[in-house]
Amino acid sequence: MIEIKNISKSFSDKTILSGFSGVFEKGKPNLLIGASGTGKSVLLKCIVGLVYPDEGQVFYDGRDFYGGDRDKMIEVRREMGMLFQGGALFDSKNVEQNVMFPLNVLTKMPYSEKIERVNFCLKRVGLENVNSKMPSEISGGMKKRVGIARAIVNTPNYLFCDEPNSGLDPQTSMVIDDLIQDLSEDLDITTIVVTHDMNSVMGIGEKIMFLYKGEKLWEGNKNEITHSGVKELDDFVFANKVMNSLRNK
Amino acid sequence: MIKEIGKYFIFLGQLLVNRESFKTYYKLTIDECVGIGIGSLFLVALVSTFMGAVTTVQTAYNMVSDFIPKYVIAQVVREMIVLELAPTIIAVIFAGKVGSSMASGLGTMRITEQIDALEVMGINSISYLVLPKVVAALLMYPLLVIIAGICGMMGGYLAGTLTGIITPNDYVYGLRSSYNPFTVEFALIKSFVFAFLVSSISSYKGYNTQGGALEVGISSTQAVTSSVIAVLIADYLLAQLLLAK
Repeated sequence: MIEIKNISKSFSDKTILSGFSGVFEKGKPNLLIGASGTGKSVLLKCIVGLVYPDEGQVFYDGRDFYGGDRDKMIEVRREMGMLFQGGALFDSKNVEQNVMFPLNVLTKMPYSEKIERVNFCLKRVGLENVNSKMPSEISGGMKKRVGIARAIVNTPNYLFCDEPNSGLDPQTSMVIDDLIQDLSEDLDITTIVVTHDMNSVMGIGEKIMFLYKGEKLWEGNKNEITHSGVKELDDFVFANKVMNSLRNK
Repeated sequence: MIKEIGKYFIFLGQLLVNRESFKTYYKLTIDECVGIGIGSLFLVALVSTFMGAVTTVQTAYNMVSDFIPKYVIAQVVREMIVLELAPTIIAVIFAGKVGSSMASGLGTMRITEQIDALEVMGINSISYLVLPKVVAALLMYPLLVIIAGICGMMGGYLAGTLTGIITPNDYVYGLRSSYNPFTVEFALIKSFVFAFLVSSISSYKGYNTQGGALEVGISSTQAVTSSVIAVLIADYLLAQLLLAK
């Protein structure tokens, strides 16, 4: 479980996040949604420590992420896996080396165990016989799946996904969404997904937080989102033509 | 400016904290050594050979008095190559080739979130990415300077003897006469300092890239400019400190 208390962040004079608080639960995908520029990615970066918040605290299963020294922060980070928007694969390494990277640097596992684990993770994300391919030789959807395999190879307790469906076709998006949901449930990990894709929201949105101008405006699940009564959320949800046509019916 | 220098020193401080295992760095450093050393060998040899050749021809052109023996040409070539041309001019070329490559490589990693990926894994990205580059530069650049010195003197020999400016015997005699070993020590001291400056400044510029592809190009250019300025300032300071009487 990840608990966030009163996170605020400004860049120069512009306030990006103001007093965000929330609890992200274990064993299911927690979605952070909102229009572009509402502070979703900044919030995610504050949660993982890539951007330091001006105020507030983040607790990982009760451990204060910003309260301790750097060693404590690194200890928590070694339990994290993250899927970046563009995949963030190391382009000098092939698929196998990319997925094996956390095991090489962070563990003393023998090679036979590492390769077994890598192949297991690649199979888990539906990729086989691509070990020797370079990131430039695979499609966007495959990159995302390799990114997920790399994120889960070291059996993380916390999985973060920054817009996992951006730039993907609806079918591949669905595959990625299902994968994230399955992994969250099977591995019983805390997963946070930043997205503005309504298909994802309606597909895996078991817990959803809606951000508007740096503040949490609404919290609920996919069954409640269409009748929240919050104008800003309705504007966001029904901007999607499919959702809008369903609403009119 | 002061703020930037402060940030650079904080960056250097991060090189040595929260390091990974020695084995991790060993392989990375060897890879960097191949890129920096072998990759620069041809250019360094080519440039230094021509520098030596040109220095010989120009020195001969400027020696108008018949009372000055010909072997002095070789002495001048030796001193110029060892003291200045091999360590400093090659440092400028090193900044252009290796420094810009370091900055653009790290800049690309930054804008494609590869550095963020390392950080999220709990890896000190500065130490992991930059330390091997700095160590490899410190190992390889002095060797490149030695090779540049040898090639420079060989270039001078070829230009001098093939055009009849100086006889082979005079050239070799000139290289050996009044030789002061400290000049070689001084060149090696300079090469270590320049290697550190070029690799660390270029890495700093690349690591702190913000934006997109355009900014990677800007970082790369800034890396070369800043490295060259730092090399020239260090060159003067070292000469003042170690050679001034």
